[in-house]
Amino acid sequence: MNEKQSIIKVENLKRTFVVGSEEVHALKGVSFDICQGEFVSIMGSSGSGKSTLLNILGCLDQPTAGEYYIDGISVRTKSKNELSEIRNRKIGFVFQSYNLLPRTSALENVELPLVYNPDVSHRERHERAQHALELVGLKDRMGHMPNQLSGGQQQRVAIARALVNDPVIVLADEATGNLDTRTSYEIMSLFQSLHEQGKTIAFVTHESDIAVFTSRTIFLRDGHILRDESVTTKSAAAALAALPVENDY
Amino acid sequence: MDILNLIRISAKALMRNKTRSALSMLGIVIGIAAVIAVVNLGEGLKQSTANQLSDMGTNLIMVMRANQRRGGVSMGSSNVQSLKVRDCELIAKNAKNVTMVSPVVNSGGQLVNGSKNWSGTVYGGSPDYLEIRKYEIATGVNFTDEDVKKYAKVGLVGQTIVKELFDEDEDPIGKTIRIGNMPFKVIGTLKEKGQNGMGMDQDDLVVMPYSTVQKRMLGVDYIQQIVCSAASEDVAEAAVEEVESILRVSHKIPDGGADDFEVRTQQEMLEMMTSMTGMITTVLVAIALISLLVGCIGIMNIMYVTVTERTKEIGLRMSIGAKNSAILLQFLTESIILSLIGGVVGMLLGLLLSYVASMAMSLPFVVNVLWMVIAFVSCAILGLISGFFPALKASRTDPINALRYE
Ligand SMILES: Nc1ncnc2c1ncn2[C@@H]1O[C@H](COP(=O)(O)OP(=O)(O)OP(=O)(O)O)[C@@H](O)[C@H]1O
Ligand SMILES: [Mg+2]
Repeated sequence: MNEKQSIIKVENLKRTFVVGSEEVHALKGVSFDICQGEFVSIMGSSGSGKSTLLNILGCLDQPTAGEYYIDGISVRTKSKNELSEIRNRKIGFVFQSYNLLPRTSALENVELPLVYNPDVSHRERHERAQHALELVGLKDRMGHMPNQLSGGQQQRVAIARALVNDPVIVLADEATGNLDTRTSYEIMSLFQSLHEQGKTIAFVTHESDIAVFTSRTIFLRDGHILRDESVTTKSAAAALAALPVENDY
Repeated sequence: MDILNLIRISAKALMRNKTRSALSMLGIVIGIAAVIAVVNLGEGLKQSTANQLSDMGTNLIMVMRANQRRGGVSMGSSNVQSLKVRDCELIAKNAKNVTMVSPVVNSGGQLVNGSKNWSGTVYGGSPDYLEIRKYEIATGVNFTDEDVKKYAKVGLVGQTIVKELFDEDEDPIGKTIRIGNMPFKVIGTLKEKGQNGMGMDQDDLVVMPYSTVQKRMLGVDYIQQIVCSAASEDVAEAAVEEVESILRVSHKIPDGGADDFEVRTQQEMLEMMTSMTGMITTVLVAIALISLLVGCIGIMNIMYVTVTERTKEIGLRMSIGAKNSAILLQFLTESIILSLIGGVVGMLLGLLLSYVASMAMSLPFVVNVLWMVIAFVSCAILGLISGFFPALKASRTDPINALRYE
């Protein structure tokens, strides 16, 4: 893996929140690399700093100290507008609560990131959004509104939205947190197939039975990296097949 | 981000909440409708006054004794009977821009035809008087210069007098009736002219040679007024200057001395009469503008609510790469679209209202285009102003908190 290009490189990353007179050290010096084509899960108990880390990786937040390079670009020196552009071109977000625009069709939701990219024409936007929806298996649901879709389908739309700008990395924060076991496995199976197609994915979860579907796990505890290890990837499709039918709830 | 894109994003956001968008427009709709309706009605009123005034005469210029309507300041002069028939002759001879001149002497008296009587007014003038004042002969003939020379006891009567003094099947022409103690022969009747701007009946009059009124009825040698017609509207001002200089010479007024006469054009009289309706219109427009302001505050209010309610949407847009400026512009555009649509609907409603009201008050329906433009532009500006602070608030949203917002 080392010979592959490093997509994300963090060095001694720190993030301190000041709440009143108190300082909360959410990240206390974190260093790691994520290379092209990796499927990384970030695990840890509640409050260990997973979301804080992911927000920094997603350029929504800036570290208090340390260096962060995405696709070779140093983020520390970038202005707000430049960070917006990095988010728009290099990053795809998937959230726990989907965050789709209500009363807006699946297709238009997926088009949204491209709306903020002036280089993408109206037609290209349309085609790319269609393609992304096909990729997540929602070809026949393009015109549906979010409230006409199940939770799993909504999350697929959100994943399509994260893929549409062809990002260097997809960041997901508890993307299966709102879903039942079967649907979670389905979503993980989708992530795995994206990974097979060469996508780089960083996936925050606190469920170890979800993390087993990834190829590497970074354990956080109290703002430090506790462990960073490769795992033998389990097939989500196989796990899905093994689920008893009655387990549908 | 290009404008079309921006408009598309904003329009979609507004369409997601049609009822609220419509409601937030309502204030602007009412405000603009009120402004447009008031302005158009005011314009119609002005037009109708102008029409009635132009009914008074053809490019009419009136010469009166000075200070007839200004009380007290140059005392005595109002009693000077300065205008003479000779002044008319001088104007007719020397004023190039004046086409017709007539002295005016008026008097009143009891009109009697057999058992019927009616209290009427007599206007004495030259044969040109009718044309200057835009009276047309219905039946019979006008009097002549010969009649003027002979103080002929002849007259033309308006339709009101025809109605009051004669039976329906009776032909007034050739009949001799009396005014006061003086009998005169009716040689013509005048076409109906209706009421003037002040509600006065313009058909309640007798027109006679001025000399007859001067010598036989009043026993005076002065005249009360001179009416003239300027050759055209364009030369009205030049005509006034000619008349003034002719009269100053004729009245031997030294340089710098105050005139003992006053010359008014139709235009000036129109301005006098419209200044009143103008004032009322201004007050009403001011009230309508206040309601427009309230409408703007309504939009601002709704925009604030919208921004708070859509915190999550804003966070999402930012997380997928919308710059703060793009968020600011989106909400500004939403607010401008709201107020512009509200403005256009308001304009249409205002047009409809002023049309209906004009018909109901039998005023001419006039559209003040300038104010339509002003209304449209000010809607855009008001949308910009009322959307600015909510949009600023939106653009300052912290995406991390916003995404967590429930
Ligand atoms: N904006 C903030 N202001 C102050 N403290 C914060 C802020 N955001 C996070 N923290 C603190 O930083 C620490 C890490 O928070 P973080 O949200 O990263 O945890 P997490 O690992 O994502 O937990 P969970 O599994 O519950 O989502 C916590 O102690 C939290 O209280
Ligand atoms: Mg978290």
